[in-house]
Amino acid sequence: MRPEPVEAQATPAFDEPLVSIRDLRTYYTIRGSFLDRLVGREAGIVRAVDGISLDIRRGEVLGLVGESGSGKTTLGRALLGLVPATSGTIELEGREVTGLSERQRRVLRRRVQVVFQDPHASLNPAMTIGEAVAHPLRIHGLERNREQLRRRVVDVLDRCGLAPGADFLDRYPSDLSGGQKQRAVIARAIILNPALLVADEPVSMLDMSVRARVLELMLSLKRDFELTYLYITHDLATARLVCDRIAIMYLGRIVEIGPADAIYADPKHPYTQALLRAIPEPDPTRAVPRDLPRGEVPDAALPPLGCPFHPRCPHAFEPCGWESRDLRELLESRWTRLAGDPLVEQEQALVGDLGVLARPTPEVRLPAPRGRQAEEIVALLDRIRAEAPDEPFWRGVERLTAEGSHVRLDFHMPKEPLLEREGKADVACHLYTEPS
Amino acid sequence: MAVASRTAPGRRFVGRRLRRLWSPIAHTQGLARVMLLSGASITLFFIVLAFFARWIAPYGFTQYAAHGVRFPQLGHPGGVHPFGTTVESDDVLSRVIWGAQTELKVVVLALVLSLAVGVPLGLFSGYFGGALDRGLVLLMDAMFAFPPLLLAIVIAFELGSTVSSGVVTAAVAITIAYVPQYFRVVRNHVISVREETYVEAARALGARPMTIIRKYVFFNVVQNVPVLATLNAADAILTLAGLGFLGYGVQPTQAAEWGYDVQRGLSDATNGIWWTGLFPGMAIVVLVTGITLLGEGLNETTNPVLRRRRFGRFDFEPVSPMFAEVEPPLQPDEGLGE
Amino acid sequence: MTTEPVLQLRNLRVYYGTSGRPVRAVDDVSLEIGESEVVGLVGESGCGKSTLGRGILGLLPEGARAAGEVNYLGRNLLSLPPKAVRRLRGPELGLVFQEPMTRLNPLLRISAHFRETLRLHEPQLTKEQARRRSLETLGRMGIPPTRFHQYPHEFSGGMRQRIMIALALVLRPKLLVADEPTTSLDVIVEGQILALLADLKRNFGTALLLITHNLGIVAEACDRMAVMYAGKIVEEGTVRGVFAEPAHPYTRELLRSTISLDTTELHSIPGAPPNLVDPPSGCRFHPRCPNAMRVCVDQVPIEQRLADGRRVQCWLHGPSQRVPAGGEAPLEQPVGVADEA
Repeated sequence: MRPEPVEAQATPAFDEPLVSIRDLRTYYTIRGSFLDRLVGREAGIVRAVDGISLDIRRGEVLGLVGESGSGKTTLGRALLGLVPATSGTIELEGREVTGLSERQRRVLRRRVQVVFQDPHASLNPAMTIGEAVAHPLRIHGLERNREQLRRRVVDVLDRCGLAPGADFLDRYPSDLSGGQKQRAVIARAIILNPALLVADEPVSMLDMSVRARVLELMLSLKRDFELTYLYITHDLATARLVCDRIAIMYLGRIVEIGPADAIYADPKHPYTQALLRAIPEPDPTRAVPRDLPRGEVPDAALPPLGCPFHPRCPHAFEPCGWESRDLRELLESRWTRLAGDPLVEQEQALVGDLGVLARPTPEVRLPAPRGRQAEEIVALLDRIRAEAPDEPFWRGVERLTAEGSHVRLDFHMPKEPLLEREGKADVACHLYTEPS
Repeated sequence: MAVASRTAPGRRFVGRRLRRLWSPIAHTQGLARVMLLSGASITLFFIVLAFFARWIAPYGFTQYAAHGVRFPQLGHPGGVHPFGTTVESDDVLSRVIWGAQTELKVVVLALVLSLAVGVPLGLFSGYFGGALDRGLVLLMDAMFAFPPLLLAIVIAFELGSTVSSGVVTAAVAITIAYVPQYFRVVRNHVISVREETYVEAARALGARPMTIIRKYVFFNVVQNVPVLATLNAADAILTLAGLGFLGYGVQPTQAAEWGYDVQRGLSDATNGIWWTGLFPGMAIVVLVTGITLLGEGLNETTNPVLRRRRFGRFDFEPVSPMFAEVEPPLQPDEGLGE
Repeated sequence: MTTEPVLQLRNLRVYYGTSGRPVRAVDDVSLEIGESEVVGLVGESGCGKSTLGRGILGLLPEGARAAGEVNYLGRNLLSLPPKAVRRLRGPELGLVFQEPMTRLNPLLRISAHFRETLRLHEPQLTKEQARRRSLETLGRMGIPPTRFHQYPHEFSGGMRQRIMIALALVLRPKLLVADEPTTSLDVIVEGQILALLADLKRNFGTALLLITHNLGIVAEACDRMAVMYAGKIVEEGTVRGVFAEPAHPYTRELLRSTISLDTTELHSIPGAPPNLVDPPSGCRFHPRCPNAMRVCVDQVPIEQRLADGRRVQCWLHGPSQRVPAGGEAPLEQPVGVADEA
């Protein structure tokens, strides 16, 4: 089926990217009393998207991969104009779209469409499929003739595998299965013939036996309609099958970006490597201990200093951003491991209140509680070190001494890693830029 | 297969929606059905009385004589006056029937006004939020804090001097007392629907806020309103009767009103005259009960949580012989993969 | 099975009432779980696996009824009064749901959750013993003791799930039923929690019924697996055996459709899961089965036991004597495209 002719506009240069994002930031403020205690650089701000620069080229499928809290969904929504940008620019087909009013943006919505994650929630339960799919054309006043409208809807439904389309016109979403609903959502998205389709986890809520078909549909539509996709997901396995380039996000930043085969064949960033390792494999003969990073994605309101992945990274070293909270984490995970052992309470009494470690700084001053000596605490830390000297934490420690009634623990100065070319991909990791 | 319809698409849209709303009602069972049917019949009965009062009521509501003969004062029920007569020689039966018309006029007007004001305010306030929302919520909560009867009395009192029609006065008084309820219910539902993915999808499509409210929010939010409206109607009747009892609202010269009659009947009761107060009082009770039954029946029907309780009355079929052979004894040549 | 199985389901049926005919969510299921075994129950949406999990624990919603046997250590739970089953829930039968936030009381500290549970089911423990046991269990799940007194909302989703599991395990139940425990979690956290679940037998001696739609999880964490389709278990056996050589066409197609890092081709199963009020005749999978034969339409397959202890319900595996003449001819059927999912 040939696509409808696009409206006449200045022909863009072929090598100009479809979307151009420069230093985009989207911050949310939190109002919450539990945040009062924590004093950080900027307390109470979630940096959902924290300085993203990226191009989406015409005709490509760019994968945006990350876990929850990575900012990938927020970036998608910023692209769609559903959330405002705090700073930075987004250019769509050469036009700046970040500062636009709602009304100006509405016209642009014809060029960028979206497929959301939950097919059961994306369709209005009060509208039939026919009405829902026709609605974009109605909204933008693109087709007033009722017969023509109906024919276009039937055509696009057929094209999306809901055939015969005429049968689906009068059905309600509750009559359709998950896969069918997602196809209807896709039909609704492409009926306007957009240039860019943002797909936010389009198959993660569908059954395995159905995913392939929806993915196939997306790929064939891309070919026939010359679509460009931003494919947002946390599942690197499905991303591999559809993406040309992949960007890995962590806490609002891109940590690695490059051509898909480079990322899968030779992942550079430890987080990318961890994501790949974590994918459960449907092969019991190969299920080996996975050696996953400990911990979880940290609170986006107060990200770790330096490289945000360092507390979990098995290869972290001096410049990666060691700070007070890492000391707290060291002690807590030790006590977690020994939970139930009376030794834990002894050590807790020795170290005292760890609240002072909540404020992130590379220069830690831990006061000894009354009746204890700082030297005892240093001795405990030395013992801990001797038990596991290969912990990356210790590489970050520059100096550990007792000073009067305080323990003085200085870490190496934190440095934020920047995206730099390494082989075929760009990586933000000190392993590749700093001498270790 | 889809036939090109000749009706305007807007009307088809509404028609289909109404059909979907109707279908659970058509399938009621058990307790809900009993409540629904009895409530509906009672309410319908009074509606008929109200509509056709002119033809059903034997006499006018202030008619104290016929054919030049004055009716007996405080006459016992029976004969020509099945419900007796009042101290002013009015026929109680007629007054009850005319009273039904008054009640319904006022309540319907009040309902229409409340919905017309409360629902849109709730929709806009919930969808747009911001200062408008905060201001309206403050106002509505303040109004909500007043006991409805008290508020109605104050408004009826104020309006009574300017507006001549007691019906309108009473209706407006009741409306103002009940608007906060509709506002609140609709607003809260809108706030949760607003966050739904399909509304976000509509924004992403480029739909204007009015379109979103109309097509995406309204129909999904409006399901609670009929139940609320019927229950409020019952309450409104009580409020109206209360106003009449206290002498506000509908004036006796304009129309018959049950509450007023009950109040007049009070003094009669001490003298052993029971019929002047009892019949209007019973009319209030029966109508309110009927509407409440209707409302509760609707609630049982449309509220999915309550529906599920009635299922579970099925029987398991006896296990078929096939099932009994689930683990056949293993034969040497049987049961090995092909 | 040398020792008595912890759980034995026999001819279990769970139907939901509707305004019309009942929905046959679980339709004659038999399954055994041995001591400290990890059994995976795999199926797609609408196959009845969640209903099965709830049916075992007696947590069915209004309007649903069960028939058959749910034998826990020899006693049929379906024949016990609800109060008795409630007493077993917790100390003997544990449950972990998919959405941990909705199951933890937001107004109670974690310590309070544990205290209440232990006080209710093991009142003989002193306060100190209870605290120690709680901290130990939480520690095994990776929750630091310093956070014992925090509220549920102060934890991330992954940590709340660990707390849920710890709460279930602190009573040392013999059987834990986990219904999609990692579905709403990110992939790294999922891997961490799977490692914990797979270790249950070592640390707690608990048997685990892991209900999921993800075959990768089953491969990693389970010893045995059962594949469910349209309310029936169509195949059951050791994980290694089933993955190496799936006996049922549905299992085979499901494995082929599973997307992993090594997948090169996109594969799916045509059609959609059947409606459980009026399922297809004979074998319920026949409308979508590439190997369907004529007999598959007419007769419900008889369960067969294969060489390695595998159970399968499929006419491809016989018994051939029961197949009528001509029944083995392949079935010609176009899949209705309108039925496509």
